[in-house]
Amino acid sequence: MDVLESGRGELIQPPDLDAFREWNRTQKSRKLIDKLMTEKEAVSRFVFDGCYIGTELYGTVRCPMSLVREVIRQKKKDLRILGQGVLELDLWLAAGLIKKIDLTYIGLEVYGTSAAFRRAVEGGQIETCVEWSNAAITMRLKAAAMGIPFLPIRSMLGTDTLTYSAAKVVEDPFTGMKVCLVPALILDVGLMHVHRADRYGNAQVEGISGFAFEMGRACKRLIISAEEIIPTEEIRQYPDRTMIPYYLVDAVVHAPFGSHPGDMAYVHERDEPGIREWVEASKTAEGARAYLEKYVDNLADHEQYLALVGKERLDRLVAEREKRT
Amino acid sequence: MDEQSYSRTELMICVAARLFEDGTTTFIGTGIPMLAGMLAVKTTAPNLMPIFEFGGMGAIFDKLPTAVGGARTFHKALCATGITDTMETAQRGFIDYGFIGGAQIDPYGNLNSTTIGDHDHPKARLPGSGGGNDVGSLCWMTVAIMQHDKRRFVPQVDFITTPGYLTGPGKREAMGLPPRSGPIYVVSTLALLDFDRLPGGTCRMRLVATHPGVTVEEVVANTGFELIIPVKISENPPPSEVELKLLREEIDPEKLYI
Repeated sequence: MDVLESGRGELIQPPDLDAFREWNRTQKSRKLIDKLMTEKEAVSRFVFDGCYIGTELYGTVRCPMSLVREVIRQKKKDLRILGQGVLELDLWLAAGLIKKIDLTYIGLEVYGTSAAFRRAVEGGQIETCVEWSNAAITMRLKAAAMGIPFLPIRSMLGTDTLTYSAAKVVEDPFTGMKVCLVPALILDVGLMHVHRADRYGNAQVEGISGFAFEMGRACKRLIISAEEIIPTEEIRQYPDRTMIPYYLVDAVVHAPFGSHPGDMAYVHERDEPGIREWVEASKTAEGARAYLEKYVDNLADHEQYLALVGKERLDRLVAEREKRT
Repeated sequence: MDEQSYSRTELMICVAARLFEDGTTTFIGTGIPMLAGMLAVKTTAPNLMPIFEFGGMGAIFDKLPTAVGGARTFHKALCATGITDTMETAQRGFIDYGFIGGAQIDPYGNLNSTTIGDHDHPKARLPGSGGGNDVGSLCWMTVAIMQHDKRRFVPQVDFITTPGYLTGPGKREAMGLPPRSGPIYVVSTLALLDFDRLPGGTCRMRLVATHPGVTVEEVVANTGFELIIPVKISENPPPSEVELKLLREEIDPEKLYI
């Protein structure tokens, strides 16, 4: 199979599928072990300087923001990231933690482009931005989840998105059609926020699943934060709802409102003034720093963060939530 | 309704909304496409199947979605799935339309939402493809919604994030993109445009209809490349009172976009 075209982007995290198998054999326990711990412990044990890290879902939607803030508190640096994000990656960019990006989207959605991202790239803080589409990134995770080195897709072809990616174009040996091959992406660490989990890591998500299924299976270390910690008996009552089985998980963190100021479907609405506060603050480097001081560095943990946001405001978000009735 | 009583953005949203075809599956991108889709469902396309990339399918629009993965994208939906499923659904030919935006567009409908200037040392770093490239690659028909000026309608985009007809007829297919797919309309703040895409056509952008109060000369003056100007050019009907009322009172009462 001849390579017809190669993207010139760096393959930031080259996949080693046999090493991944070996890792999964030797480093991931099959036993039901109590993995409940704090954000502080989970991040200090599993996130390391220079690691390749991803978050799921994204910034304003079911995003593990309490873990994201803890990563900043612990100043984990030179991160290489899966760049599908809004607030979470903005905070890391503003804190100067990111070195390389496999990029599909970093912006503020309804509020436009990200000033933090612009400053970081235009100012040269980011060593490289390798371009991908959303389908490409999730298929890269899916390939890792499948334990295979790549997947063929029909996106990216003919565009600069492909030219500045690390994808390759080949002719399919079966049909003769041109396809874009995207390499498996195995994360060193994944952070994910879910609706409920037991203390072993069996985790359930409500509403859309984003890329939780794929990313959960594409990580060497997976930290789950959950709105609710439930007894395993409840997991066993609804096993069909388990998206992430325990053996994928390395740490379980109890984080009510863990996605604040983003939303959590059926639990609470997003905090629009809270999101706008970042949008405004992040317009300047000074503003972004002040925000990080106020909401991250000056606070010891997620509990203090929730106290700062205030019960009244959180109650209002719960009342405004998407309801099933 | 006289010209002063609505903005060009409102008009653009109304013209875009009228292009949504009832009974089709339609990928809806962030921002203006969401307003247009919601207006369409409330007017001419009540049986539209809206699809949001992170997994919302067949939502009932209650409040304007502000995030492509937010709970409003699967409010009382028919299906809440994930992004690999929505992308695979498009890849196997199940998604008819995609409505998307971009920072720059060229005569062949290629869109840029990645960088202005050199990629590695950009003058402006934009968000990136997101699902844009996938929508433009995999949906049968795409519609771009854009502000119309010379900085945005350019002879060559700085970066092809999302494929239109690339460099001309047959190029999509030659690069491996699915046959008979591609951009069909551009809705701008000045006009409705399409592409010369019949067999033997150039695949270049063509003026279809100007907005009320906009002259052909104004469209030409605000376009950085040569448009195909047919002999017959119609005028888009202005927003109706019903459309404006829905837009202002039900769809975007907080004036996030309009």
